[in-house]
Amino acid sequence: MFNHLLSLLIWLPIVGAVPVLLAGSGRPNLARWLSLAVAVLTFAVSLFLLPQFDAGDSAMQLVESHVWIASLGVHYGLGVDGISVALILLTTFVGILVIVGAWEVIQDKPHQYMAAMLVLEGLMIGVFCATDALLFYVFFEAMLIPMFILIGIWGGPRRVYATLKFFIYTFFGSIFMLVGLIYLYLKAGTFDLHALAALPLTLREQSWLFFAFLIAFAVKVPMVPVHTWLPDAHVEAPTGGSVVLAAVMLKIGGYGFLRFSLPIVPDASEQFAWLIIVLSLVAVVYIGYVALVQEDMKKLVAYSSVAHMGFVTLGIFIGFLLVRGAGNADAAKLGMQGAMVQMISHGFVSGAMFSCIGVMYDRLHTRLIKDYGGVINVMPWFGFFYVLFAMANCGLPGTSGFVGEFMVILASFSANPWIALFAAFTLIIGAAYTLWMVKRVLWGDVTNPHVAEMKDINGRETFVLLAFAAAVVALGVWPQPLVHLMDGAVGQLVQQLGVHKI
Amino acid sequence: MTLSTSILLIIALAPLAGCLLAGFLGKAIGRAGAHGATILGVAVSCALSFWVLYQLVWGGAPVYNQNVYTWFEIGRFSASVGFLVDRLTAMMMVVVTFVSLLVHVYTIGYMADDDGYQRFFSYISLFTFSMLMLVMSNNFMQLFFGWEAVGLVSYLLIGFWYKRPTAIFANLKAFLVNRVGDFGFLLGIAAVLYFLGTLDYGTAFASAGSLVGRTLQVTQNTHWDAATVICVLLFIGAMGKSAQVPLHVWLPDSMEGPTPISALIHAATMVTAGIFMVARMSPLYELSDGALSFVMVIGATGALFTGLIGIVQNDIKRVVAYSTLSQLGYMTVALGVSAYAGAVFHLMTHAFFKALLFLGAGSVIIAMHHEQDMRYMGGLRKYMPVTWITMWIGSLALVAIPFTSGFYSKDAIIEAVGASHRWGSGYAYFCVLAGAFVTALYTFRQMYLTFHGKERFVVVHDHGHGRHAHDHAHGHAAAHGHGGADAAVSPEEHPSDEPGHGEPGVLHHPPKESPWVVTLPLVLLAIPSLLVGFLTVGPVLFGGWFGQAVRVEEANDVLGELAREFHGATAMALHGFWSLPFGLVVLAFAITTYIYLFNPALAGRIKRALKPLYVVLDRKYWFDTVYFAVFARGGVALGRALWKGGDAAVIDGALVNGSAGLVERIAAGMRRLQSGYLYHYAVAMILGLVLLLGGYWLIGQNGQ
Repeated sequence: MFNHLLSLLIWLPIVGAVPVLLAGSGRPNLARWLSLAVAVLTFAVSLFLLPQFDAGDSAMQLVESHVWIASLGVHYGLGVDGISVALILLTTFVGILVIVGAWEVIQDKPHQYMAAMLVLEGLMIGVFCATDALLFYVFFEAMLIPMFILIGIWGGPRRVYATLKFFIYTFFGSIFMLVGLIYLYLKAGTFDLHALAALPLTLREQSWLFFAFLIAFAVKVPMVPVHTWLPDAHVEAPTGGSVVLAAVMLKIGGYGFLRFSLPIVPDASEQFAWLIIVLSLVAVVYIGYVALVQEDMKKLVAYSSVAHMGFVTLGIFIGFLLVRGAGNADAAKLGMQGAMVQMISHGFVSGAMFSCIGVMYDRLHTRLIKDYGGVINVMPWFGFFYVLFAMANCGLPGTSGFVGEFMVILASFSANPWIALFAAFTLIIGAAYTLWMVKRVLWGDVTNPHVAEMKDINGRETFVLLAFAAAVVALGVWPQPLVHLMDGAVGQLVQQLGVHKI
Repeated sequence: MTLSTSILLIIALAPLAGCLLAGFLGKAIGRAGAHGATILGVAVSCALSFWVLYQLVWGGAPVYNQNVYTWFEIGRFSASVGFLVDRLTAMMMVVVTFVSLLVHVYTIGYMADDDGYQRFFSYISLFTFSMLMLVMSNNFMQLFFGWEAVGLVSYLLIGFWYKRPTAIFANLKAFLVNRVGDFGFLLGIAAVLYFLGTLDYGTAFASAGSLVGRTLQVTQNTHWDAATVICVLLFIGAMGKSAQVPLHVWLPDSMEGPTPISALIHAATMVTAGIFMVARMSPLYELSDGALSFVMVIGATGALFTGLIGIVQNDIKRVVAYSTLSQLGYMTVALGVSAYAGAVFHLMTHAFFKALLFLGAGSVIIAMHHEQDMRYMGGLRKYMPVTWITMWIGSLALVAIPFTSGFYSKDAIIEAVGASHRWGSGYAYFCVLAGAFVTALYTFRQMYLTFHGKERFVVVHDHGHGRHAHDHAHGHAAAHGHGGADAAVSPEEHPSDEPGHGEPGVLHHPPKESPWVVTLPLVLLAIPSLLVGFLTVGPVLFGGWFGQAVRVEEANDVLGELAREFHGATAMALHGFWSLPFGLVVLAFAITTYIYLFNPALAGRIKRALKPLYVVLDRKYWFDTVYFAVFARGGVALGRALWKGGDAAVIDGALVNGSAGLVERIAAGMRRLQSGYLYHYAVAMILGLVLLLGGYWLIGQNGQ
């Protein structure tokens, strides 16, 4: 049996970027078609994960391991569980849509743009596959480079400020993680995550490591108060950059908590679970209010991302209250599943929202809410998608946005009704900021003459939005396949929540 | 005889199919295709619903309770999509699909000239699907799905004429107010899962008894009764959806939607979802007297005080809207005294006569070329006899004249409240009695202003303006009858009056009776409005017709008490002629007849004499004004403060850019040390040498 499927998934888009680059700026269409071919091929290969993967088995699967740096005992170690598989599929799915979405929108050096996207895709898949901490770190950091380029070259007017802020913020965070990893290496003599999970650590050591990881992943998620890079990055990023950033890159923060904080420093995680829970609820309520008054659509959706990602961290960390406090492992699983479903769903919904904003931006070259109004009059099909995704953003049942929030709120009530109360506040504030934007952008009569000239979505745009819509509705109507895929991995994580290291 | 899954699936999905056809292929299949497809879908659904009801009631079919597919399964928790069909559900299915079918037919006439014809049919079919999913659900997850899905369709339909500023203000408001209710509702569902460990109705109700004695710890020393917490939270959801005080504010504004919608969604079906839900949850509510008292007081308050507002309304639709609020209050009171069957019975009769009144009002609006202000109507009875008679039938049912269907349901509620001993029932009894008088006042006033008395419009024959008289999507109707409060509520939302529509009371054609697609539904609704109560009151209300679907504790069973005095529908109606509520109706009839038929000037004098009271009612007790100031403006102000103060000033200003600035300042200082000029370095070296040597010298001095 061919057992390099994960390597193939990582390197296919990265190597595939080379011919795209070689196509050069002289042959933009060749570059576009080549990159599309690579993205589609990667997606097709990623689908092979499903038959190969046994959802009932909670261990890492499709494992690859080669000595990488022998003197340090660093391995090129890959493997996936259900959560990784789901996130990889999300990545490859979004990978196609950003290529298609950028098709004729990016006129300046399209070959480089496409190549950067493909490299980014490969590196993100690498993050989700790595079972060696140093390899994870390398992918985690390397990812910054193509994103830095994407915003820095194809970004908006304040792109330099935004890219620097983005880079320094995330780099600042990950340095702490590196220090933590080196400490762990000196104690364990290995970077293998499985071995690190078994490493005994005192509570004091765990606490230091917990905060080292927290800084790295909190910036990535992003959690309040280290979220302010996100609105700036989104506003300046090209549409595709925003889509990838929101749909996939933010998930790496949540994923990091699962791979590092929970297994390696479980007792410190329990100790500080309250902090994460409080920050998550602050994200829901405080950020909800901040989102309400945004004048730039991208900023609004960026803030709404922060609020929605609050459910991810909340769903993960209420597990400690449920397992260790109430002994309710099933509720912990419900919360954890909710967090994971929320990650995938937010990938679709935020990606779709940013795509929609991109569609409007391409026509009017503004993202300010006040410049629009009555768009439905001239773009009815677009309006359909926009309302659908807005409703998903408000967590309407039947769309994917509901599933994760529902599970997390149900689970958190079992932990503490007050947590559920604040979390459920998203029902009101989420609807308020999303639908108020819809009201001002979509409904009403056309007042801006430029809006009157807007053309409805073309075939290419319809394809992108339709793909997102299909995913949003499918996951909303029947989440069980996704839940089943991640069941083993979630069960394993919840079981680990109850294991003390001290 | 058993119910089959495939038939139930067809009932739910046929309207969805119609919706998708009309929505996505509307252009291709055209107008006739769109209404054909959706009406076929709903007709199939309606016919099969009757068949299901027949099977359950006369065919001896057992209650159907099965899952269709698993939505999620995590540990011992699971959620499914499935159906629970007992008599309660079957009755709701029949009401929903029957009214929906008639509204579909009516829409052919009402929306005939609207550009959004196909879209409208698509929406109302989507609504029918959502409502069926709600009432047919066998679990809390799907209930919440239907609950929010009908909210979505309501949002889309209130904002159907999306160019109108008032419409898109009203739909946002409706959605958000409903979300406040849903906030409580979702927490209620979470509480059910926490205490009972399941989302499935059957399992939850079976173990409901285990709630007794359990509490929820809310603070260190505060514990709340589990059943009360669950029931109050779930009822907050009902307060949003069924427009109970203080979450009722969205319903009058929802009249911005086209009239068929007001009939279907905002009178007959969707707003009764909360009533249905509480009746369905009766095994839980019966465990908490506190929660039921809460329900009763809220309902009673709504029944009286929202009805009072109806008296001062001039917009024909708004009168009916406030009447709906008031009648929803009656249903809620019935729930609060454990007369669940009475609530659902009133829900059914109300669905027929209120849909009739709304559709009748719509017929009047068509005849008046989209004038909704009753001050410019009058004397319409001779132009539109069918509408006139059918609306009178609906009105008589609404004010509960004996033998009409409204009498049986409403009188039973009043009696039940009188018989109840629950905390607050005295207040509730006063409210429902006074409410009967108020109901009659606004109803007769509306009928007289619309159909009787002098004509207060003029017909100008002007053939050049035929086009826009049929243009539905103008902001004209919103301009009148709004009262000053709306302007205060939404100062930035001014209805865009188009030129040529600024003259109220001027028609270009004389009013005429509406086409048969409009009047046929009126007639078909008038029949049950008259008869359904007489025919069904015995079994449904007093015969334990709902069986196990509704659970009432022995001690709370007020309907059981009333049943002992029930000797058939005729006797009940004859007895009704000598009851206090009927006396109040007669009094109201006398007053309104005198004022509106014989002494119209008196109305103005009363209004001036009772100026303060009039202002209170006209401003709708200032609910809207306060909510808008506190929640809308307050929310925006808070958001701005947090954004500018928290994100921009503290995090970005002080921390992020502040630390960047600090680094910069340090670097700038450091840079000055490295100027590159040799003499700077030479001076520094000399200075350093002097300091160093001096230091040594000083130390040396001290050391000695």
